[in-house]
Amino acid sequence: MLKTLLSRVREYKKFAFITPLLMVGEVAMEVLIPTLMALIVDTGVTAGNMDYVFRVGIIIVVAAFLSLSFGVAGAWTASKASAGFATNIRNDLYSRIMDFSFADVDKFSTSSLITRMTTDVQNVQQSFQMMIRICVRSPIMFIFAIIMVYHNGGALSLVFAVAIPVVAVCIFFIFRRTYTSFTNAFRGYDSFNRVVQENLNGIRTVKAYVREEEQLGKFEEATETIRANFKKGQTIMALMGPLMMTVTYCCMIAISYIGARLINIGHMETGELMSIYTYTGQILSSLVMTGMVIVMLSIAHASMVRIAEVLNTKPSMDTNENGETAVKDGSVEFDHVSFGYGKNSKVLSDINLNIKSGQMIGIIGNTGSGKTSLISLIARLYDVSNGSVKVGGKDVREYNLNALRNEVSVVLQKNTLFSGTVAENLRWGNPEATDADIKAACDVALASPFIEAMKDGYNSHVEQGGTNFSGGQRQRLCIARALLKKPKILIMDDSTSAVDTATDSQIRKALREDVKDLTKIIISQRLSSVMDADQIIMMNNGHIQDIGTHEELLSRDADYRDLYETQTRGGNLDD
Amino acid sequence: MIRARNAGGARAKDPKKAMKRVLSLVFGERKLKFVFIVVCIFISAFSIVYSSNFLGQFIDGYVTPIIGVENPDWAPVVRALVQFAAIVSVSVVFNYLLSRTMVSISQDTLYDIRIKMFRKLDSLPISYFDQNQHGTIMSRFSNDTDTLNQFISNSLVQLLQAIITLVMVFVTMIMNSWILTLVVVVFALLTMKASSSIAKRSGRQFASQQADLADVNGFIEEMMNGQRVIKVFCHEGQSKEDFGALNQKLRKSMTKGNTLANAMGPVTMNIGNIQYVALVVIGAVVVILSGGAAAGYTIGLLAAFLQLSRSFSNNVNQISQQMNMVLLALAGAERIFELLDEESETDDGYVMLVNAKIDENGNVTESAEKTGQWAWKHPHHDGSPVTYTPLRGDIVMKDVDFGYVQDKMVLHDISLYAKPGQKIAFVGSTGAGKTTITNLLNRFYDIQDGKIRFDGININKIKKDDLRHSLGMILQDTNLFTGTIKENIKFGKLDATDEEVIAAAKLANAHDFIMMMPDGYDTMLTNNGESLSQGQRQLLSIARAAIADPPVLVMDEATSSIDTHTEALVQSGMDKLMEGRTVFVIAHRLSTVRNSNAIMVLDHGRIIERGDHDDLIAQHGVYYKLYTGAVELD
Repeated sequence: MLKTLLSRVREYKKFAFITPLLMVGEVAMEVLIPTLMALIVDTGVTAGNMDYVFRVGIIIVVAAFLSLSFGVAGAWTASKASAGFATNIRNDLYSRIMDFSFADVDKFSTSSLITRMTTDVQNVQQSFQMMIRICVRSPIMFIFAIIMVYHNGGALSLVFAVAIPVVAVCIFFIFRRTYTSFTNAFRGYDSFNRVVQENLNGIRTVKAYVREEEQLGKFEEATETIRANFKKGQTIMALMGPLMMTVTYCCMIAISYIGARLINIGHMETGELMSIYTYTGQILSSLVMTGMVIVMLSIAHASMVRIAEVLNTKPSMDTNENGETAVKDGSVEFDHVSFGYGKNSKVLSDINLNIKSGQMIGIIGNTGSGKTSLISLIARLYDVSNGSVKVGGKDVREYNLNALRNEVSVVLQKNTLFSGTVAENLRWGNPEATDADIKAACDVALASPFIEAMKDGYNSHVEQGGTNFSGGQRQRLCIARALLKKPKILIMDDSTSAVDTATDSQIRKALREDVKDLTKIIISQRLSSVMDADQIIMMNNGHIQDIGTHEELLSRDADYRDLYETQTRGGNLDD
Repeated sequence: MIRARNAGGARAKDPKKAMKRVLSLVFGERKLKFVFIVVCIFISAFSIVYSSNFLGQFIDGYVTPIIGVENPDWAPVVRALVQFAAIVSVSVVFNYLLSRTMVSISQDTLYDIRIKMFRKLDSLPISYFDQNQHGTIMSRFSNDTDTLNQFISNSLVQLLQAIITLVMVFVTMIMNSWILTLVVVVFALLTMKASSSIAKRSGRQFASQQADLADVNGFIEEMMNGQRVIKVFCHEGQSKEDFGALNQKLRKSMTKGNTLANAMGPVTMNIGNIQYVALVVIGAVVVILSGGAAAGYTIGLLAAFLQLSRSFSNNVNQISQQMNMVLLALAGAERIFELLDEESETDDGYVMLVNAKIDENGNVTESAEKTGQWAWKHPHHDGSPVTYTPLRGDIVMKDVDFGYVQDKMVLHDISLYAKPGQKIAFVGSTGAGKTTITNLLNRFYDIQDGKIRFDGININKIKKDDLRHSLGMILQDTNLFTGTIKENIKFGKLDATDEEVIAAAKLANAHDFIMMMPDGYDTMLTNNGESLSQGQRQLLSIARAAIADPPVLVMDEATSSIDTHTEALVQSGMDKLMEGRTVFVIAHRLSTVRNSNAIMVLDHGRIIERGDHDDLIAQHGVYYKLYTGAVELD
């Protein structure tokens, strides 16, 4: 997992490597300064040597400037490396997701993909920056400071031989205990957010049923979880400060006593004792820092795993770059086709079907009968488990995938418009489309009347998801967008459900008359939308129950007759 | 999920006022704890000064005198150290108590604030939710309480501690040497200047970084939701390119922002280092020139001063860093207070719904236990005796005008009546005012003019909760809550027995599919019932209304296309539910409309046609056009 992520540092590798080196330089200067100060005191002040005081003073100022330069340079390289790293990860994630097949997308939910690309990447960026800065800085500072204590105080360094293990063990236990409390608290946040969110979305239901108190109960429960866990974690965390103070004071007392003895016998000088007081602070704080970084990294661990999971998922469909690029005509053939979404699922079994180029085909059937799955195979949104789907006489897997999808245009059931203008959205179908092309497509989809009635016409703004258009208008825009591709096959998956029957039938009429060669496959819940098709396919439980014209089915299929009667007797007012 | 966009304004409008209010929330009911905390802070500040000073005294008083002395007396040294140990251990204890007390204060305060916010939220009128985006409200609960949490549990004490310590350190320094104090003050000002200029720049950078982040996150959200369309249109390449450009922009602003933030540490630290040198050199010059102790300058003093100056500049840094945090938190606090200060839904109603016994003469008496019969208890202002009216479900609207905002009316002169058990259908195009009318019945909104009467009582006089209990609502979009199926049905009647739940589910035709679920009625639903189909969710919403058993029902029929089988189930479930109740229905199905006692055709907030199906067809008006499909409904 780490390798998957770290290989994304790429062109920022040099910055990632320089940063720790700069940190070493910064720390070295910082650790040097107290010893230089000791020299001033012992050799300069005590001996009354003014000249020496100034000389060393200048050296310290130089050291401070060096430390500053290293520090600021490190600040820059670390930011450069970590921001670049995050950008690379984001780009790679995005490309990978774009290359996913429908089957791959099904595996991850949309919201989880969004979290992975946003929050998780930010977490990883932060921990990476910490890794190349603090993770090097603190241990190095620790080691250097110990060396200097040994250099200045000799035997005094034994004090730390006792103090360090004590602090390390305490830090370990405190952080381990708090880690569980804090992760529990964060889980509490999830349910906290969920209750608020549900309450916001369902506020009318809550108020209509006067359930404010009950909701408050749920909210209290979630809030209490957060409070209890934070209290628990922070109470343990509260030991940290006093603990560090105790250790610091103990060290100071021990150092003072042993130092006084060493000075007394002439093994050490006063200035050196002072420097060791400073080193005590550096050693102990770098220990705490290291502990904190480890905790942060372990929190980010979950994010790393989730990102790596996406990056390591290989797109399951081969796009067949070198495949056939020309689709001869709009004929479709299903030859003993079976299909399922997973290993054990069987959604379609043994489908045989023959559609001639230019025909209009209707597909009806209950939810779950396999209508959408059937048409998905034509544009190769999924691959068949068995058998073969042929378009223009060739198996869909023999075509270059993009070429195939450009010829087989699908208007999805859950369709989406993107923020931008109407024309921008329509040009998804064909970036080079002229204004006349766009108008022609909108005429067929009967979208031009309402677009042209708007103030800005084709330049009208579309909100994210197309929320500023009604359901029927959105559907007509999506049909126009699909038509702009000038495909050989147009598939509409329940794409006129929100359009009134009159408009619906006009659209079908236009499709029939204006784009004659186009093979049209229409899924609908409304019989009226498919009644005049050349063939109507009745799907039932993954099988084709019957195929025929309206009249044929009406005369021989009892289910079809039932459906027809219910829909004409008590149909939709929207019809 | 994407919080950056809702991060809100950075600065508080009136920080003083917000601060006062935050403090009163934190300490208002915990005055004793507050006193205790201040005491703790003083003790810990004292111990910092004391221990810094001790080092100097120790060097001057105990170390220097024994240099080169053979077999010195160690007893005074040990005594001094023991005394030091005793004093600092007291401060350690108080420090611990301080931290612990603050943990409970901050978490309790936060708990209180969150509960207050939620209680407030649920008391707000529906119009509030119309006017405010859910994301923005969410961010009050997440981002703003988070920063407030930071402020209360860290910044508050640290700030107090820093200020008190600063003062004590300053006084001690002056007492020791005013020349060296002057040096420290000069460097402190320098540090402040440097850090505030970095902070200012990084603040600006941070804002542009947040904006770029919002762009990237927004793009991700939109494209992830439209992934399938991207693939169908082979738009992958283009969208990768667009994303790459946004991403590069973010990288640049992030690098700049982080560089500044990272540079803060080295800059302030090295100003500190140079200050150190200045102190030592100036100190050394004075010590050497004055010949040492004569002027009171000793090595011990220098050592003490070095420690004091470090804690002085640390605290100055602390304050300047916390100030930023404080302003951020106060801005969040202001937004929280804004929510808390919103006007709650008012309820002046005094007519209550009570259990009743009705004898054969039609006399109504109040009953303490459940009778299955209900009545309106109506006390009168003029002192005449309380009257009881049986709950029947008779609705009258007379000359009702309504607008969501004062001077923009969306409904005009709406008059209609529904006798108990009658069904009234509303039809008309989107925006004609169908939903608005039904929202007035349960007082989601209050009317501007006219009267609505429920069983002859003006609904303004009825307690809102009781009014809503007597009205069932089936909304177009079913909202399910995380919990079991049973809990979701019980939403309509909290004390319902399992038998009642099953009976309601059977009436709604939901029983069969529920039994097919792995855990039956105990199947967990999450994320608004994502595991259920649209039709199944509608069946549950019918069951929920059935168990509440209200005399009046308001239904907004769903338009989403569901398959014919489920559609038939929903249809018959609705029909069973409607039996014997007064029903207002926003109709999309022909059968529903046909069976109605009256159909109201709405256009631009007015009733333009009314009558039953046959009347309206005969009129050849708007209804006729709708019916024949010549006009689009939604």
